[in-house]
Amino acid sequence: MPRQEAAVRAKNFEEVALGYTPAMAAEEASRCIQCPKRPCVAGCPVNIDIPEFIKAVREGKMAEAVTVLKSKNALPGVCGRVCPQETQCEAQCTLLKQKAPVAIGRLERYVADWERENKVAIPPGAPLPLPTGKKVAVIGSGPSGLTVAAELAKKGHGVSIFEALHVGGGVLMYGIPEFRLPKEIVQNEINFVKSLGVDLVLDAVIGKCDTIDEILAEGYDAVFLGTGAGLPMFLNIPGENANGIYSANEWLTRTNLMKAYLFPNYDTPLKVGKKVAVIGGGNVAMDAARCALRLGAQEVYIVYRRSEAELPARREEVENAMEEGIIFKFLTNPTKFLDDGKGWVTGMECIQMELGEPDASGRRRPIAKTGSEFVMNIDTAVVALGTTPNPLIAATTIGLKTTVHGTVVADETTGKTVKDKVWAGGDIVTGAATVISAMGAGKRAAADIDKYLMGKQ
Amino acid sequence: MEVGKTTRELGLLQTGDSIMSLTGPLGLPTHIENYGTVVCVAGGFAVAPVMPIARAMKQAGNKVISILGARNKELIFWEEELRSVSDKLIVTTDDGTYGRKGLVTEPLKEILESGEKIGLVVAIGPSIMMKFCAKTTQPFGVKTIVSLNPVMVDGTGMCGCCRVVVGGQTKFACVDGPDFDAHQVDWDLLAARQHTYLEEEKQAMENWQCQCGKHS
Repeated sequence: MPRQEAAVRAKNFEEVALGYTPAMAAEEASRCIQCPKRPCVAGCPVNIDIPEFIKAVREGKMAEAVTVLKSKNALPGVCGRVCPQETQCEAQCTLLKQKAPVAIGRLERYVADWERENKVAIPPGAPLPLPTGKKVAVIGSGPSGLTVAAELAKKGHGVSIFEALHVGGGVLMYGIPEFRLPKEIVQNEINFVKSLGVDLVLDAVIGKCDTIDEILAEGYDAVFLGTGAGLPMFLNIPGENANGIYSANEWLTRTNLMKAYLFPNYDTPLKVGKKVAVIGGGNVAMDAARCALRLGAQEVYIVYRRSEAELPARREEVENAMEEGIIFKFLTNPTKFLDDGKGWVTGMECIQMELGEPDASGRRRPIAKTGSEFVMNIDTAVVALGTTPNPLIAATTIGLKTTVHGTVVADETTGKTVKDKVWAGGDIVTGAATVISAMGAGKRAAADIDKYLMGKQ
Repeated sequence: MEVGKTTRELGLLQTGDSIMSLTGPLGLPTHIENYGTVVCVAGGFAVAPVMPIARAMKQAGNKVISILGARNKELIFWEEELRSVSDKLIVTTDDGTYGRKGLVTEPLKEILESGEKIGLVVAIGPSIMMKFCAKTTQPFGVKTIVSLNPVMVDGTGMCGCCRVVVGGQTKFACVDGPDFDAHQVDWDLLAARQHTYLEEEKQAMENWQCQCGKHS
């Protein structure tokens, strides 16, 4: 996949991956041997008919490719960019053991981009059925909510999505950077969902402005909770509230949703120093670090308490980050932040770690090496340790069951919660995970909600 | 009251105009109870949140003594609205152009020194004013509530920009507040965090005024 050169792309917010040319797409599509077993389909959390859409690309039947793709996946432009295909469909590909798996993700992106660039609105396969008269409230317009809304709208149900922010998309808009997932693409895919008859209500902070019970009392037949995991985790070490220390949520939201990189054309800047330390090792940490570079930092560090092998981030994003010049400090854990006496961070005291026996997560446990303390001079820090569900919904919804982590308890297969007429899926159930797993949960919940609404349960 | 670029832009809107986005109410509502006598202190623009609190306290059976203060006469507003929900209203201006000359903390101290039993003080206004109201009431041991106004991004608890330290614990002002126990607040931290973007705020204002100049 052609990409912008590392030195160039580290200074701009344009998309890193440049996409296939038609010739590249045709060539890659031809590699698929259309094997009868089709293991790729089962590897996809939303079961896209992969061999079929690839065959259409090979034959140059682009409109057909779009139809096949969108009949199962409402957000192909998003998935083609952010899905970890290497652990999903591509990991099951028959060609995996031979040369290399078919680049399914790249082809998905190619098809989605073709539709958008050619401004051809292709209907999602079957025409919409007659309205059923049933009303569903979807809370949250992130990947799971958008998927539930699209699936239920395609079945003829009336769907309203309630979104807390002033723009739809959830983590697709505020979390994933512009250079990995252009916001125009996200809005384009949201417009497709709306074109199915879905009503997107913005500025609706459910759990505060209205409760779930109030929504049900308004006459909705079912509610789906897709509010994600938006509560940031902090280190809880001394000095963490000094100026210049951000949660990754704030850092990414200001940068990507609020366009800090376009200040002063946008009024929501970010204070970026010269030496930025990002604490954490997941995709969010990589995103935050790569944003820091593009925002003008001179030195950007990833500070992670385990070693490279344990990094949870997608390998591709780690490589991108390394190529762009981000410095990785492994086996390092912050213990304290230092400030200049006027409330601004000037340093981070750290301790070196070594790996012991595996802990509950299955990864080797990091243990501090006594006497190995040292100070990193930094003027900005981003805490990217992970997120848990925002407690607003659980705190104001009677009868909803949650775990100690704040996640909502829901059936794995159907998404049904213990509360009557309420389903849930995505990060609010699993904790922070991936866009595609949220979409998969959305599909399963939508199927179950449809059965319930049509009295087939 | 216009302070920076955005409030000035809002000030230019006419009836019938629209803005892109509005949501709320967010945060936790002010706790209303019959405390006996409540003193409500409003610093400048803060007469806006103070007035409905004073009204609710009055409706709950409290005797309400209100203090309304601003830098000068031009910045005093809603005086009659606040008077109508208070048993007593004292107006102050820093420069003496209206009402009593002085800061709001002076009549506040006098009320506390008079020996009258005060159940609660509610003080809302610029951080420095709230800080000094807290310092004024602390020696008298009177429970004091302030409404903190750190920089906020989403207002729903997703980013931590609004973190304040109260009683040694980190709280998000947007979901745990905005009301907090004044005697527990780390005022220095709040002030430092409120000043994070002073430079950028100034730059935005200058750019905007320059743009306005071009179009006028």
